[in-house]
Amino acid sequence: MLEFDDIQHILLTRAPALTGRYEFLSFREAAAGRAWLSAIKEKVHSVAAMRDNVEGDMRWVTVAFTWNGLRALGLDEASLATFPEEFRQGMVARAETLGDTGANAPEHWYGGVASPDLHAIAILFARDATEHARCVSEHEKLVAACPGVELLSVLDVEAIPPFDYAHDHFGYRDRLSQPVIEDSGEDPTPGSGAPLKAGEFILGYPDEYGVIADRPQPEMLARNGSYMAYRRLQEHVGKFRDFLRQHGNTAEEQELIAAKLMGRWRSGAPLVLSPDKDDPVLGADMQRNNDFNYKEMDPHGYAVPLGSHARRMNPRDTAANMNRRRMIRRGATYGPYLPDGAPDDGADRGIAAFVICGSLIRQFEFAQNVWANDKNFHELENERDPIIGNHDGTMEFKIPSRPIRKKIVGLPAFTTVRGGAYFFLPGLKALSYLASLNREDGVNASVG
Amino acid sequence: MSSEVKLQDWSKPAAIAIPKGGFDPATAQKGRYGPIFPKTPACYGFSIVAKVIPGREDAFYEHAKNIENTIATQPDALAVLKLHYLRWLLFPIKGETYFMYQGIFDTDFDKYTEDAVALFGATGLKTVFENLEGFPKNWQTNPEAFIKFVRDHQCPSFLEYGEYPYVSADEIKKALKLKAAFSDMLDQMQ
Ligand code: HEM
Repeated sequence: MLEFDDIQHILLTRAPALTGRYEFLSFREAAAGRAWLSAIKEKVHSVAAMRDNVEGDMRWVTVAFTWNGLRALGLDEASLATFPEEFRQGMVARAETLGDTGANAPEHWYGGVASPDLHAIAILFARDATEHARCVSEHEKLVAACPGVELLSVLDVEAIPPFDYAHDHFGYRDRLSQPVIEDSGEDPTPGSGAPLKAGEFILGYPDEYGVIADRPQPEMLARNGSYMAYRRLQEHVGKFRDFLRQHGNTAEEQELIAAKLMGRWRSGAPLVLSPDKDDPVLGADMQRNNDFNYKEMDPHGYAVPLGSHARRMNPRDTAANMNRRRMIRRGATYGPYLPDGAPDDGADRGIAAFVICGSLIRQFEFAQNVWANDKNFHELENERDPIIGNHDGTMEFKIPSRPIRKKIVGLPAFTTVRGGAYFFLPGLKALSYLASLNREDGVNASVG
Repeated sequence: MSSEVKLQDWSKPAAIAIPKGGFDPATAQKGRYGPIFPKTPACYGFSIVAKVIPGREDAFYEHAKNIENTIATQPDALAVLKLHYLRWLLFPIKGETYFMYQGIFDTDFDKYTEDAVALFGATGLKTVFENLEGFPKNWQTNPEAFIKFVRDHQCPSFLEYGEYPYVSADEIKKALKLKAAFSDMLDQMQ
C-alpha cells in the first residue's frame, strides 16, 4: 500500500489550479530555515488530504530542498553523503550532460536559482487570483517572521487562454500522457501501458526490478520522498510561428509542421492515429488520445518523425527498458499570452516544469542527455529534440515521407533554459524530521 | 561528435591514436557516469579486464554455452546494443587467469549504461561476473555498483583502426539488404 497520508500531493495528483507561484529560498541560518519549515509544513497537502477535499480547497503547497538546502537545515554529513551523486552535485554541475550549454548555460539563468545559495522551493498552486494574492501575502509574513530566511526570487505561473484545456504558449495541448503508479488508485488510459511499480517514482517502495533503494539515509528521511528536476524554459513564440509560416504555405500545412515537431497535432490528436489531418475530438478524448504505439503502427516515422518531442521523450515500444525511464511531469506556463497574429513583444514566457522521478540520473538525466540531445539518437544524425534540445541553428529536422523525406536544415532554438535545479521532495514525516533537527554544527538531533 | 563522424569517408581506412586513459580530458564530453569514451574508426567499444577468482574458470565456459543457446533461440537477444562483434577471452598472467570481455558496437555504451547492464543481467552475464575479483556482492540491489565495476575495469584502447571506418551495423545490414533486393530485381528482369 502506498502511504497516501505521507506522500506530498504533487507526486500523485494535479491541483485544479489556474494560477500559482514558485518561491525560491535561501537559509542563512539553520534555525531560521527550520522555523520556516515547521510553519509551512502544516500547509502541505498529502495525497490523502488533497483527495479528501479537492473541490473545497483553494490552494495546494509543495516544499522541496536542494542538497545545499538540506545541509543548511542542519542535516548531518553522514546523511548528506548518502544522497546520489548527481543530486549532491546539483543541476548546475551537470550542465554539460544535460545540454545546458551556450545560451542555455546556468550563467544565464534567472532569479539566483543557479547559485549554491538556493536551498528550497515552495510551490503554490491556487484556484484563483484572489487566493493567489492571499497566499503570497501570508508567505511574505512567514518569511518576515523568520529572519535568516531569504527570498531569492519568485516566479508567478498562470494558465493562458483559452482556459478550457491545458496547453503551452506554442499552443500544444498537454497533460495527455502520464505514467500511472500501481496502487495509486488511478487507472491508466488506454495505450498508456500497465501501472508502474511505485519505486520508480517514490522512495521506500520496490521499483520495476523489485529493488527498494537503500538511499538516502536515514530511512525515515527517504520514505515517501522523491526527486524533482525543475526546468524553466523560455518559449520563443514569435520565432516558432515564423518557422511554421516559413515551412507551410497554408494554415493546414503550418499545423502539420507543428504536429510533426511534437508528434501530436496542437489539438492533442496523436499523429499515429490521425496522420493526415487534425482531429480535435480525438485530441480531447482521454480514452483514445494515448492509445497508440510506434514499432507496429509507425516504425519508419511516416506519421510521427523519429525525432519529434513526444516520440523522443517516450519512445514507447521502440526503446529498451522503457519502464525504467518514465517521468512524472508537473508544472505550468508563465508569462503573458501572445495572441495569434500578434508580433512577438520579446516578453519572457514559457513553461516552468517539474520532472519527478526516483532516480534523476536514470530517468531525467537520461532523457536530457540521450533522448533530447544525442545528435545521433535513432541514427538521426545531426538532430536534437526540436522543442527542448540544445540548438545553435545548425541542426536538422527530418520528416519521413514517401517518396522522399523532407529535411529542414538550420532549425532555430524555439526554447532557452532560464533556470533549473534538483530538489529532494520529502514525505510529510520527513519534513517533520528535517524541521526538528536541532544542531547548528552539522550533527543530527536524536530524532529518528 | 556525429557531425564530425559524418565527414568521415567509409571508403577510406582510418586509424586513430587514443590518448592515455582513453580520452582527451580537455575535450571529452561529460557523460552521466563520467567522461565519454569517444567513437573511433572502429566504432564504440569496451574492453573489460578483470581477474578470475582462482578455480572458477569453468563458469566462463558454461556461460559460453548458455550464450550460444540464447542467441540460437532468440537471435535478437542482444539487439539493443547494436553490436558488431563481441569477444570473450581468458588468459593467464603469472599462473593466474584473467578475463577479457571486448565489444564493438554502435551504441554509445556510456550513454546507455543501464540498458547494457540490464542486458548483462538478462543474459546471465552478471552471474558470470560473480566469478571475478572485486565484483560487488550487492549488484542486485545496487545497480550503480555494477556500473562502477564496469567503468573501473574498462581498459581503453590506445589505437583503433577501421577498414570501413564509422560504418554502423545497421548501415551494413541495409547495404546488404539493398544488394540482395537489387540482384533479385535483376533476376526478375531477365
Ligand atoms: C518548453 C518545453 C516543453 C514543451 C512545450 C513540451 C510540450 C509537450 C507536449 C505538448 C507533449 C504532448 C502531450 C502529452 O503527451 O502529454 C509533451 C510530452 C512529453 N514531454 Fe514535453 N514539453 C516540454 C519540455 C519537456 C521536458 C523538459 C521534458 C523532460 C525532460 C519533457 C518530457 C515529456 C514527456 C515524457 C512527454 C510524454 C510523451 C509520451 O508519453 O508520449 N517535456 N511535451
